[in-house]
Amino acid sequence: MTENRRVLDAKNLSVEIEVPSGTLHAVTDVSLHVDKGETLGIVGESGCGKSITSLAIMNLLPSKATRTASRLQLEGKDLLSLSERQFASLRGNRLGMIFQDPMTSLNPVYRIGEQLEEVYIQHGKGNRKEAKERAAYLLDKVGIIAPQERLSQFPHQLSGGLRQRMMIAMTLMCEPSLVIADEPTTALDVTMQAQTLNLLSYLQDEFNMGLILITHDLGVVARMADRVLVMYAGKAVETGTSQEVFDQPTHPYTQGLIQCIPVPGRTSTDGRLGSIKGMVPALIGDLRGCMFRNRCAYVSEKCHASEINFNEISPGRGYRCLLEESECAGNLAGNFGTEIVQ
Amino acid sequence: MKNDSSNPQVQSARKPNEELPALECKNVGRTFMIGKGFLSSKKPLRAVDDVSLKINRGQVFAVVGESGCGKTTLARMLLGLLEPTEGAIYLDGQPISEVSSDMISRKVQPVFQDPYSSLNPRKTIESIISLPLRVHDIGTKENRLERVSELMRLVGLPNRLIHSYPNQLSGGQRQRVAIARALIMEPGIIVCDEPTSALDVSVQAHILNLLQDLKDRFNLTYIFISHDLAVVEHLADWVAVMYLGRLIEFGPATEVLRNPLHPYTQALMESVLTPDPRKGLPEITFGRGLPNPLAPPSGCYFHPRCSKIKDGCDSKLPKLLPESDRLVECHLYN
Repeated sequence: MTENRRVLDAKNLSVEIEVPSGTLHAVTDVSLHVDKGETLGIVGESGCGKSITSLAIMNLLPSKATRTASRLQLEGKDLLSLSERQFASLRGNRLGMIFQDPMTSLNPVYRIGEQLEEVYIQHGKGNRKEAKERAAYLLDKVGIIAPQERLSQFPHQLSGGLRQRMMIAMTLMCEPSLVIADEPTTALDVTMQAQTLNLLSYLQDEFNMGLILITHDLGVVARMADRVLVMYAGKAVETGTSQEVFDQPTHPYTQGLIQCIPVPGRTSTDGRLGSIKGMVPALIGDLRGCMFRNRCAYVSEKCHASEINFNEISPGRGYRCLLEESECAGNLAGNFGTEIVQ
Repeated sequence: MKNDSSNPQVQSARKPNEELPALECKNVGRTFMIGKGFLSSKKPLRAVDDVSLKINRGQVFAVVGESGCGKTTLARMLLGLLEPTEGAIYLDGQPISEVSSDMISRKVQPVFQDPYSSLNPRKTIESIISLPLRVHDIGTKENRLERVSELMRLVGLPNRLIHSYPNQLSGGQRQRVAIARALIMEPGIIVCDEPTSALDVSVQAHILNLLQDLKDRFNLTYIFISHDLAVVEHLADWVAVMYLGRLIEFGPATEVLRNPLHPYTQALMESVLTPDPRKGLPEITFGRGLPNPLAPPSGCYFHPRCSKIKDGCDSKLPKLLPESDRLVECHLYN
């Protein structure tokens, strides 16, 4: 990919938060990039740093948090040196965000139309009339029938699926180059989920946007993402195209996650699901060794002491584990045989 | 629990009659009157409409459907929290309206969706789990404490959490507390309303495995309400698919979910996103969400969204008829 197709480029992004008991290493040394029209899926359990990573990119971190990075660029423009005011002019403009719960992210006392138009006017894209036209055009794009009527309604008058469409339309008002969707369909029914994701991927093609999809739903990531970043305890533990990651999960954590989900036709009623024992560790203080070691089935002496490097197998494909790639690949096959298929 | 003889009061409360279905619904319906606004008259909303089911002992009975299809209303009726406006529910062969609420709660217990809001934040774990014992005035303080420890061990909670508060626990631990609380009365039937949808996948796997272990160990009957069909396929023996309050397909879980007959069940199964990167997103051809339940469509309720619509679908309501070994409510099979 040539440089000018690159929408977001982040290198060695770290976020530390000062808490009473010490320093919380929320995100450590995460590098990611997104090209135009490309979808990057970030997966992991709650508390693994997915959302903090997205907030760090948006510069929306809590005031006690400090962000460091060796590079953070949006469309070739350096974001690290921007003031808060300059950043505010990017958010909602070049950088869009779709949150999980559309009921809490839409203002209940303003009409839908006002909320959509505000973004457009705020960023100086045009006057009220043009904003109205743009809003109606986008509502039509997101598949809302009778957009004019909907624009004068309040958020509570819409169903969950419709509200999420409104959120998507609002994000697109200024035609951002990058959209970060944080669990966009978690609150929706399965049927609405598939429709909303279809819509999102259609709009992504239409407007040629980069998309970061943050979710814990592996099904959503497998179907939507071009590339996948698996995070654990604030670190990237595995990256690759979604085919690579789902076909040959290399890190024991990725393998564990994939075994946790019931898949129709594969798991049987009498069988038990694979599971990852234990819990996400606290990330406070001086962290040493592999953070997954307490939950890992392949833990050895070396995992406790040494710093675990990120092994790059090929450009864009890598994992953070002391095991050799061939050792890891064998593990999964063995586990599927004994634990899942009955 | 079953072989625990230290608790004679709980033992005597159980009168299992293995011959009868654990729960049975006969033409059950529930209508709510909804006031649309000031001065305008109230309209009936049929949340559950003419549902007949038999739930056998020791099996997992799943109810699936989109939000608003009446799953939760049905669950609340089975728990004895709501009275059906039509038809009757039988608990161990006895009409549930004649069973005292005391007795219902000894036989049927719920596990709710959101362990963050279903546990009292001001009570300790010990007090939450032992509440049913105190309500029913069972045992002394000491043997209640003993029972709580026993149940915590059973559901995999470390004993050191006994004096903690819910906010000190993770989501998975809270759901374990909810399960322990449901089990302390040794009910035969547990109604799980979306027990894992608020949890992470890894925690979900733990809870589902725990539910299966407990079922095998104590021969529990589960009524499992969920919209996650992958979970249902993994866990359930029987599946009932609901749409706008009506039962539209019913049968053994593997058959219904692997070879769905009703177009709605087919569409639901197509929407399940399995983690297969080679498949793209499914094309969902049917319309946007449930129609207004205050004014359900004429004929078959599903016809406005159905891709296999034919003559007559919009004028007459199909009957729930047996098709091979299951029941389907669709004109295609009548």
